[in-house]
Amino acid sequence: MAEFNLPANSRLTEGKAWPKPAGAKKLTEFKVYRWNPDTGANPRTDTYYVDREDCGPMVLDALIWIKNKIDPTLTFRRSCREGICGSCAMNMDGKNGLACTTGIDECGAKGKVAIYPLPHMPVIKDLVPDLTRFYAQHASVEPWLKTTTPAPEKEWAQGKEDREKLDGLYECILCACCSTSCPSYWWNGDRYLGPAVLLQAYRWLIDSRDEATGERLDDLEDPFRLYRCHTIMNCANACPKGLNPAKAIAEIKKMMVARQV
Amino acid sequence: MSSNSSMRTPLGRVRGLGSAKSGTGHFWLQRVTAVANVFLTIVFLGVVISLFGKPYVAAVATLSHPLVAILMLLFTLSGAVHMRLGMQVVIEDYVHHEGLKILAVMANTFFAIAIGAACVFAILKLSFGG
Repeated sequence: MAEFNLPANSRLTEGKAWPKPAGAKKLTEFKVYRWNPDTGANPRTDTYYVDREDCGPMVLDALIWIKNKIDPTLTFRRSCREGICGSCAMNMDGKNGLACTTGIDECGAKGKVAIYPLPHMPVIKDLVPDLTRFYAQHASVEPWLKTTTPAPEKEWAQGKEDREKLDGLYECILCACCSTSCPSYWWNGDRYLGPAVLLQAYRWLIDSRDEATGERLDDLEDPFRLYRCHTIMNCANACPKGLNPAKAIAEIKKMMVARQV
Repeated sequence: MSSNSSMRTPLGRVRGLGSAKSGTGHFWLQRVTAVANVFLTIVFLGVVISLFGKPYVAAVATLSHPLVAILMLLFTLSGAVHMRLGMQVVIEDYVHHEGLKILAVMANTFFAIAIGAACVFAILKLSFGG
């Protein structure tokens, strides 16, 4: 059956409460998920206090501040700090998002900010999830232009209207916020492709230059790969880029029906 | 089943046994029966309310009308098919043990057919005079 409880070795324990920085006037409390594969201990939540007058406004600023000023062992991914690389995707105050584009004040409504890795993924360390399967699923939809017609001398032509069909799709940065917010992906992530990958699949299905639409639909037509989507809509709610994977999936289903009915 | 050993590449594992190349029929039939059920459920409720508190002979009289009997048969059929499809999705979502899943999907089909057959028998019996 679906597992509704965490396995015994994954259950959270209360971790270390780090001392408040001396002389700070405005403090915000951070509860951060910690897990180290080398110790074999259960995951824990450590408590840190961030001096807001010495720290930038975003959650990522606070994590970097903690790493630099309090605890250098805190591990997380980050790169662009402007919402385009998708590295710092994590669960903040119960909602998936990018730490670099989420304000501390946006998620500190309860007086403290709870930070966990993306839900229901294997954890490599602390806030770093293992996205190997997620990337393999992306590779499985062959996210590139597929044509049989010999390549033209210049570029493949595409009209303005057809190009506009890719808006709301090409912006996806594959941060995995949507897929890891989806209960269907939690329970059946080994067979269900999940919202991010299906949105990427639709990006190629709807591309007027692509000549493999039928084969792409054949590959997706599966009770698990596509039809595990039950329109829960967490994906659209979680997407930090404001995209709507649920709509993309609905469009794929419409294409499936259109070629049969 | 395909191997899921740690030696297998992630892409090999994701591709697994390949696409089932089905599922749209299931999805579409669930929508078609849902639309049918909107209309048929209203009719069914109308019939039930009209017979509320009335004796057995009144039920026989109502159901002996061919239109009422046919609509009730359609409601039974559409409802049973919709119930089976929906329950199968729930089973596939939550039952992850392969053997148990096959058993549950099978039992679900038997249950839907049994319920449907019992309802059809009851409607026909009443419709043809009780």
